[in-house]
Amino acid sequence: MRKYLLKRVFYMVLTLFLVATITFFLMKLMPGTPYSNQEKMTPQQIRIMNEQYGLNKPVWLQYLIYLGGMLHGDLGTSFQYSNQPVSYLISSRIGASAQLGFQAMVFGVFFGIIIGSIAAINRNTWIDTLCTILSIIGKSVPNFVLAVLLQFYIALKLGWFPIADWGGFSYTVLPTIALGVGPLAETARFIRTGMVDVLNSDYIELARAKGLTKFGIVYHHALRNSLIPLVTLIGPYTVALMTGSMVIENIFSIPGIGEQFVKSITTNDYPTIMGVTMLFSAGLVVVILLTDIVYGIIDPRIRLSGNGD
Amino acid sequence: MEEKIKLSPDSFEALPKAEELDNEKIAAPPLTFVQDAWRRLKKNKGAFISLWIIVLMMIIAFGSTPFIDHNSLVKSSPNYANLPAKIPGISINGFNGKLKVSGQWVDEYKQNNIPSGKYFVLGTDYLGRSLAQRIIYGTKISLIVALVATFFDLTIGVAYGIISGWKGGRVDNVMQRIIEIISSVPSLVIVVLMLLVLKPGMTSIIAAIAISSWTTMARMIRAETLQLKSQEYVLAARSLGESAPKIAWKHLVPNLSSIIIIQTMYTIPTAIFFEAFLSFIGIGISAPQTSLGVLLNDGQKNFQFLPYQMWYPAIVLCVLMIAFNLLGDGLRDAFDPKTRR
Repeated sequence: MRKYLLKRVFYMVLTLFLVATITFFLMKLMPGTPYSNQEKMTPQQIRIMNEQYGLNKPVWLQYLIYLGGMLHGDLGTSFQYSNQPVSYLISSRIGASAQLGFQAMVFGVFFGIIIGSIAAINRNTWIDTLCTILSIIGKSVPNFVLAVLLQFYIALKLGWFPIADWGGFSYTVLPTIALGVGPLAETARFIRTGMVDVLNSDYIELARAKGLTKFGIVYHHALRNSLIPLVTLIGPYTVALMTGSMVIENIFSIPGIGEQFVKSITTNDYPTIMGVTMLFSAGLVVVILLTDIVYGIIDPRIRLSGNGD
Repeated sequence: MEEKIKLSPDSFEALPKAEELDNEKIAAPPLTFVQDAWRRLKKNKGAFISLWIIVLMMIIAFGSTPFIDHNSLVKSSPNYANLPAKIPGISINGFNGKLKVSGQWVDEYKQNNIPSGKYFVLGTDYLGRSLAQRIIYGTKISLIVALVATFFDLTIGVAYGIISGWKGGRVDNVMQRIIEIISSVPSLVIVVLMLLVLKPGMTSIIAAIAISSWTTMARMIRAETLQLKSQEYVLAARSLGESAPKIAWKHLVPNLSSIIIIQTMYTIPTAIFFEAFLSFIGIGISAPQTSLGVLLNDGQKNFQFLPYQMWYPAIVLCVLMIAFNLLGDGLRDAFDPKTRR
């Protein structure tokens, strides 16, 4: 186990290093300059600015400085907001994104499990069909379309929730729904498939023969066994939530990482783009490692280290 | 090894046909794999309807190419701006040129002195361009992106997966690490980075999706190849001295076909979503070119007053996504009856 963990952590660091390298050089290839009106600047001004941001050094030196800085959490200085370090920009915004992502994950998985179980228990009835239709729609409707519709009809027309901005819990409800519907639909489909299999197995028959209630069977036996594979979906969900946050935060003007990312793309703010990319990749790599470990713990049949190579 | 037993056709003698053996056989002519899958697909109503919807959309989107005048697609005509849908002969509010303005239905065509013969089936956008035309063009863009993503999935993804699984050992290890690195960055971030380096537009979107879309396919193909590799028929082909590419083409690909088809059907909606997403946040296809994402973004700005400008492209995009998802599910059930619930 320890050897496996060490190996995984090593690959993780290697991956992040490569991601940092590739992103860095991609940024160097990017057309355009970070200065919004370069033609109006005198060569002297440009030189001073380049010096201030370290852009006059050779590329390899910039690269080494960047890597070195990253080792102690320094991601450079944002071009867009003068003199704000990227790490500050990220840490001041990560709270909103993390809260939103977490809420969306909980919302999606919780209701997904409920809807999926209901569909599986009432297999081949109209309830099942309804749940299937709902999950297909949830999977197909792009989250940004849903977000705009929710914002208009629920927030503006009905006035149930604030239209945009970030404040108390009520501000998070609509973005959470918009972001969580994708995972919800996926979970519902997944749970339904898994539970239909489990419900047909012998030990469910035994539980029924023991005279357990329907709820007892589903809750104690069927649900637990169909939950295990769900852990593998946490990785893809994280990706979906990160991606979704870019546009959902934009629509609801939430001061989060995703919104910042989109903003920094449109302003050629290289250090911020790199910083957020690194954050996203680091988050994803850690989540994938954790889910692998958790999967091994809750399902002892999966052996972590013995996969052949 | 070199010595071969000399055999000629006359060494064999045909046995008399034992017809009575077949007399009591009751069976339909055997179905091939594809026929069997097709039969199962036809039973799945949702998937079958989706298939026809997709075919219809493709015919409309690609068939309309000669009829769509590129000038009128991008040229603005402010006289016609923001007109609602009008279909002659239909008098349902919303399709007769009337628009709800502060609670009342107002005939926008009369108000703006539009010549009586002029009408727009789905209305116009804020620059007076026909929305129907732009939606059809946008659908075409979405479908092209989908087809190209599929193409890269089929070529890079399948080839990579087969090579990785077939070679095994160190090659496999390195190739899997590469996939791991690519997939440890959310693919949308890769697409965004690529779009920044290349100049935004159709080609860059396609290139960006090509780079990030094939990894899942490669993984699944590799896993399956690892299993197929140890099958007897592959061993037989190997011991007969068949070359590796030929084994891959003749034996592996046909046996992988169901996975390939199923996985492709999951790539397509993702690619369509990516394109719409990128254009929506403004880094994909940009004005005056159009795509469903651009239309949604434009429509969103006026949603409060001119909801139809967002609803129509949204409906088209959702129908497209639902159709591909349903067809994907249907194909999975059809090609892989074991997973059928």
